[in-house]
Order: sequence, then structure tokens, then C-alpha cells
Amino acid sequence: MTQRAEADWTAASFVRLARRERATRYLLLLPGLLLVALLLAPFLWLSVSSFFSEGELSLKNYQLMLDNPSYATILLTTFELSAVVTLVVTLLGYPTAYFIWLLPSRWAAIALGCVAIPFWTSLLVRTYAWLVVLQRRGLINTWLEAIGVIDHPLRLANSFLGTSIGMVHIMLPFFIFPLYASLRMIDTNLLRAASGLGAGAARSFFDVMLPLSLPGLLAGMLLTFVLCLGFYITPQLLGGGNVNTISMRIFQNVSTYPELGPASSLGVILLLAVVVVLLPMTWLASRRRGPRGG
Amino acid sequence: MGAAIEINQLRKTYGHLVALDSISLTVAGGEFLTLLGPSGSGKTTLLMCLAGFTRPDQGSIKVGGAEISVLPPNRRNIGMVFQNYALFPHMTAGENVAYPLKLRGVSRSEREQRARAALDGVRLPGMEHRRIDQLSGGQRQRVAFARALVFDPAIILMDEPLSALDKKLRERMQVELRQLHARLSQTIVYVTHDQTEALTMSDRVAVMNGGAIEQIAAPQEIYERPATRFVADFIGDSFFIPLGRLSAGEREKLAPAAKGGERLLVVRPEKLDLAAPGQNLEDCIHFDGTIEDLMYQGDSLLVFVSLPGQERVHVKLAARSAAQRGIPAKGSPIRLALHHADAAIVDSGGSRP
Repeated sequence: MTQRAEADWTAASFVRLARRERATRYLLLLPGLLLVALLLAPFLWLSVSSFFSEGELSLKNYQLMLDNPSYATILLTTFELSAVVTLVVTLLGYPTAYFIWLLPSRWAAIALGCVAIPFWTSLLVRTYAWLVVLQRRGLINTWLEAIGVIDHPLRLANSFLGTSIGMVHIMLPFFIFPLYASLRMIDTNLLRAASGLGAGAARSFFDVMLPLSLPGLLAGMLLTFVLCLGFYITPQLLGGGNVNTISMRIFQNVSTYPELGPASSLGVILLLAVVVVLLPMTWLASRRRGPRGG
Repeated sequence: MGAAIEINQLRKTYGHLVALDSISLTVAGGEFLTLLGPSGSGKTTLLMCLAGFTRPDQGSIKVGGAEISVLPPNRRNIGMVFQNYALFPHMTAGENVAYPLKLRGVSRSEREQRARAALDGVRLPGMEHRRIDQLSGGQRQRVAFARALVFDPAIILMDEPLSALDKKLRERMQVELRQLHARLSQTIVYVTHDQTEALTMSDRVAVMNGGAIEQIAAPQEIYERPATRFVADFIGDSFFIPLGRLSAGEREKLAPAAKGGERLLVVRPEKLDLAAPGQNLEDCIHFDGTIEDLMYQGDSLLVFVSLPGQERVHVKLAARSAAQRGIPAKGSPIRLALHHADAAIVDSGGSRP
């Protein structure tokens, strides 16, 4: 082969190789596309069906919510429950994540394992476990009565309080993990620097630690809140009929009405609620840049 | 003028490891002192004790006459420059510099003005609105200096602040830092493992080894008159020739009081001269050997010579054509000459006297 022919031949091979690499990359996209399609199709179908009643295009399903005042109560309860749980999870989870962050790496791994253990246990089992602890003749009431602190059993289960307790326990890992990941990226020298420049513990926390951990904090709170909005099992079991959330009503509507419309309209409302919460939070998180460089 | 530092019997152990072995040290107000040593020598531990991030087991630290070892870091009024700068990434350059002033309750307008002035002082005028990730390594380092200086601390500590910069920039920053120190006359305690940096910038250098100070002296004395074998070995290139190898007359000239244990002559490659075999240079002691190799290094020429009963040594000559002219070829006999005034003598055995 002449030098010229050789050069042409290698150039053609390079083009072929590049094409094959591109093709492989698109192949990787396939499972993702499949997932989107399987998720998007039923979602669209449900959304559309919420605007149909008895085979006709109408807003009747939404009208139903306005007419029946119990829907407003349900919406309020759901948000209240989610807000309370998110708040408590934040107050309990931040110190925990901070504590784990301060541990030497080996102990931190063990501590994170402890946070994750409930993760590996079935949600149903954990919720029933709380029922055992909180119910009228449960562990807490029996003990408190035995040592004479109370005369009558406290109403812990079958209430807003019991539901909140159970949900806080279930949500904690969802909050702690993203926050811890965010803390891990903070250079400990920054806290030393703040302290050396004259900041006491509280100042250095609010001036340095909190702003730098904000992306993880917001992500954890958001995850918790959004998961709470759609929670079903725990409010159903621990609420004992006294705590009615959107997800429970969706289930009721599916079994009560012959059509999916009344249920799917609630689903659309739930989705809108999530978007309303999500948008300002993501905006806030993107305005604050994560801890980088330094 | 910066405050004076008095360290007395400072000791810190980690289990069986002695990080600081009862260190006593004084730094004059306005002095630039460098702690130099290999890793694990205790230099960083000493600096962290001064800053308050490490609690010593015992001993006292006084700054400007006041005991600070019991105070938390935020009440010590010490400016610190960290190795990785430790600038707050969520603040601008100006906010970083103004932060210590904010903590001291300085009014907004005054702290903005002082932060600007401090940034001007480190040659970063008009940079106060830059984000930290928009600054180069050298610029970040200057912001870190400005932040450590702006609140007029009693003393300033620096933990290998130039080690992350490339060689050219590092050398320029060394000169700038020296000028900055001359202008502000702050007390600076500087930690480095880079001997050139230590010799270039400091008023005095404390060479540390195994948690103790081997020698503390001006750079020239550290280099020319090392107190111990460790110092001679750690700083610069050197080789050691047992005094017993020299003739009685030479020994008498070099170290009249040499008695007791085995002592060593410290020879620096650039202090040696070449002479013809048999030639005696005035006020010099001589070593006869054979040229083994020549190595051209751009600015210098190394001549490797094997001495009888000694591993090979080398002579460093400035690479001028005049110097290179007349250097015998490989394998030729050669005579090395060392001037009396350039000879330093240390004990052979233990590191500390």
C-alpha cells in the first residue's frame, strides 16, 4: 500500500469506529426511554381521565372536591402532617447528621449503617411495630401506668400524634443521607478558619456550616415533604381512621366510584401540590451554590 | 508592631507518640520565624497549639505577655493562613476579608472600606466582588493573607501557605510575603517543609525533628554553621567526613577544641574548589580523589569524585565557561580544596547536643 492509500484506509476506520461508539452510547439510553414511556403513559391517561365523567368531557370530578368540604380538610390534614413531620425530621436529623460528620470515618460508617437499618426492614413491619408501642395497651401506656405517671392510657395510636411519630421514624434516613452527603463536602478547615477569625460556635454554625450545608438540607427536607404528601400505609394504620390524607381518599375513591375520574383528579391535585412545593425550593437551592473549591 | 510570643515547656503526646517534646521558644515582636522540618517533626502540631485547634498536654503559651493556651481559638486574636486557603466559598473575596471585622462589630461602611484597603495591600484592587471560584490559586492565597491581616491580629500563623502554588508563582509570593512583612512588621510564625522557602523569607528558622527543636538561628547560621548532623543533612546538600580521616595538623586548624566523641566535618558541594594534584591552596584542607563523572545541570556543573575510604562526593561549580575550562576528564586524579572558614563540624551520633 502506498502511504496515501494507507492514510485513507486508517481515516475511514476512524470514522467507522466513531460511528460504532456513538451507536453504543444511544443503546444505553434505551432502558431510560422505556421507563419514561411506562411512567408517562399511565400518568397522562389518568390525568386525561380526571377530566371525563360518564364518558363526557367535564370538570365534574373537580367540582366534587369543591362541593364536598371534607376534601379541603383532607388537603389541609395532608399538608399539616407533611409539614409537621418534615419539621421534626429536620430538627432530629440535622444534629444526627452533624454528629456522624464529626465521627472518625470508621465510626461514621457504623453510625450510617444504624441509620440505614430501618431502611432494610419492611415499611409495614415498622408501622405495626409502632402500633405495638403506641396503642392503648401498648408498651408506653403500660409502663407509664405502672410507674404511676398517668391514670388513663394516653391516646398515642389512632391519632395525628401517633401517625407523626411513625412517619418521622420512617422519613429520617431520607433526610439524613442527602444532608450527610452535603456535609461531607464541607472542608473542616473552613470551620477552623471561622473560629480563628473570631466566630464562636453558634456564629460559625450559622455563618459557615448552615449556608454550606443548605443544598443537602433543602434536598432532604424536600424529599421528606414530598414523600409525606403521598404517604399511605402509616397514616392508614397509625391514624386509625382519625387522620385522613389525600392518598387514603384516592384509595377510597377508587373503590367507591365506578369510574377512575374522582380518584385521578385527586392524583392531579397531589401532583400539583408537589410541583408548587418543588419549584420554589429548587429555585432556592440553585441560587445557593454548593460548597465548592475553597 | 506585632506581639511577642513566649512558649514554655509545651508538650503534646498522642498515645506513645511524642508530637511535641517540651518545647520552649520565644519569638520577638515583629519577627518572621519559620518552623522547618520533615513531616511528623511536630511543626504543624506546634502551630495548631498556637492557633488553639490542638490542646497541648502541658506548658504555656504567652502572646504579648498574656497566657492564651486556655483560650478557645475565637478569643485568641490570631490571624491564620491555611494550606488550602480555607476561604468561604459562599462569600465573595470582599466578604471573606470583611468577615473577621463583622465578627468584631465593625460598621458596614468601615469594614467594606478596610476590606478594600486590605485587598489593595495584597495587590488585588477591585477584586472584592469576585466569587472565590473565579480566583486563581495565587489570588486566593492573597485573599487569605488579606483576611488574616485585616483585623490587625496580635500574631499571624501560616501553615505551608505556598505549597499548592507552582514553582514560579511560589517564588514570587515568597518575595511579596517578605515585603508585606517588612511593611507591616507583624509577628509571623510560618510552617514549611521547603528549606529554600525557610531560608529566603525568615528572620530566624527553627529546625524541628522528632517533636523538638534541633537548632534555632538566622538562615545563614543554620546553613553555614549547622548545630547537629540532622540540620546539616536536612538543609541543603552535604556530606560528612570523619575528622579522624584528616591529618593532625588539619584537624588542629579546623577544630582546636575537638575532643570527646567522634566528630564530622560537614562539606557542602558548592564550597569545594578543584585543584591540581599536589597543589596546596592557601588556608585550605585538601582531599585527593578521582573524577568519576561530570553532570551538566544548566546553571551548574556537578563533578563526582571518589575519595579513598569514602563514598563518592560531588563538587558543584557555577556553569561558566571559565570554570569548566581545564576540568580534567573522567578517571583523572583530582584534588579538592575546602577553605577553613567554610568548614562546619558536628557530632556524629545523636541528633541533638
